[in-house]
Amino acid sequence: MIATVNATSATIVLVGAVFLAAAVEMVEALTIVLAVGHTRGWRSAFEGVGVALVALAALVAVLGPALVEVPLSTLRLIVGIVLLIFGLQWLRKAVLRSSGYKAKHDEDAIYRETVASLALTGERPGRDGVAFVVAFKGVFLEGLEIVIAVLTLGTSAHRLGLAAAVAGVAVVLVGIVGVIVAKQLSNVPENAMKMAVGIMLVSYGTFWTGEGLKVRWPGDDVMLLGLVVIYALAAAVIVRILVSTSSTAKAVNS
Amino acid sequence: MSAQDTSGDRPLIWRLLSGFGRFWWDFLVGDTPEITVAVIVIVGVVALLRDVAHVNALAYVTLVVLSVVTLALSAARARRKA
Repeated sequence: MIATVNATSATIVLVGAVFLAAAVEMVEALTIVLAVGHTRGWRSAFEGVGVALVALAALVAVLGPALVEVPLSTLRLIVGIVLLIFGLQWLRKAVLRSSGYKAKHDEDAIYRETVASLALTGERPGRDGVAFVVAFKGVFLEGLEIVIAVLTLGTSAHRLGLAAAVAGVAVVLVGIVGVIVAKQLSNVPENAMKMAVGIMLVSYGTFWTGEGLKVRWPGDDVMLLGLVVIYALAAAVIVRILVSTSSTAKAVNS
Repeated sequence: MSAQDTSGDRPLIWRLLSGFGRFWWDFLVGDTPEITVAVIVIVGVVALLRDVAHVNALAYVTLVVLSVVTLALSAARARRKA
C-alpha cells in the first residue's frame, strides 16, 4: 500500500513535470516555425524542422544508452544537481515575471519580432537559407530542452519510456492545437505553466540531489509532493514580498 | 570580417565542441552564476552533514532551506539590477 502511494506520487510529479516542460518548449518552437513559414514559405521551414528532428534523434541515440550505463546513485546526484540549477533558474524567472520585474513571455511579441527580422532580410527564390536556419535553431534548441528533461527525469526515475511517451503526447497536442488555430498560441497560459514547471523541476532536483547524497527522505517518494507544496508556497511568498517592496518603493518615489 | 572573428577558420569538430560547451555554459550558468555557485555549496554542505556529521534530518532540511534562500536571494539580486 505504502509502496503504491510512493510510486503514484513519483509518477504524478514525473508526468506533470515532463508534460508541462515539453508543452511550454513546443509552444516556443511552434511560434518560431509558424513565423518562418508564414513569412518566408513553408518548404525551407519544414526542411529546418526535419533536420533539427534528425539531429535531436541522433543526440538521443548517443546520450540515452550512455546514461543508462551510469550507476544509479551517481546518475541521480548529477541529474539532481542539473535539475536543481535549471529549476531554480526557471523558477526565478517565473517569480520575477509574476512580481512584475520581468516582462511576461508573450508569444504575440515573439511572433511579431521574428516576422519583422525575417522580413528585413528580403525574400529568396527556391531554397531559403535564412528560413532554414531560423526554423532549425528554434526547433533544435527548444527540442534540446525537452530531450534533457525527458532523459534526466526519465532515467533517474527508471521511467524513461513513460517520460518519452508523455513528452510525445504534449508535443503532438500542442502541435495539433497550433495547426488548428494556425496562429501564435498566445492563449496558452504559458507563464502559469512555466511557474508550475519551475516548481516541479526544483522539487525533482532537490529530491534526486538528496537521494544521490544518500539522504533518507521522510515518506520516501511521497516527499516529492511535499517538496512541490513547499516550493510553491516559497515562490508565492517571494512574489508577495517582491510585489510589496515594489509598491513601497513606488509610494516613496511618488 | 573582423580581425577577431576567426571562427570560420577553425576545424568543424572544434566549432561543434565549442558550440556544445557554450550551450552547457549558458544552460547551467548563463546570467545567474550565483545559483550555480550556491547549488555547489549546498551539495557540499549537505554531503558533510550526511557523511561526516551523520545527521540525516538536518541534511534534508538544510538542502530545502538553502535552496529556498538561494531562490530568494537570486530574485532579490535581479530586483536590485532592474
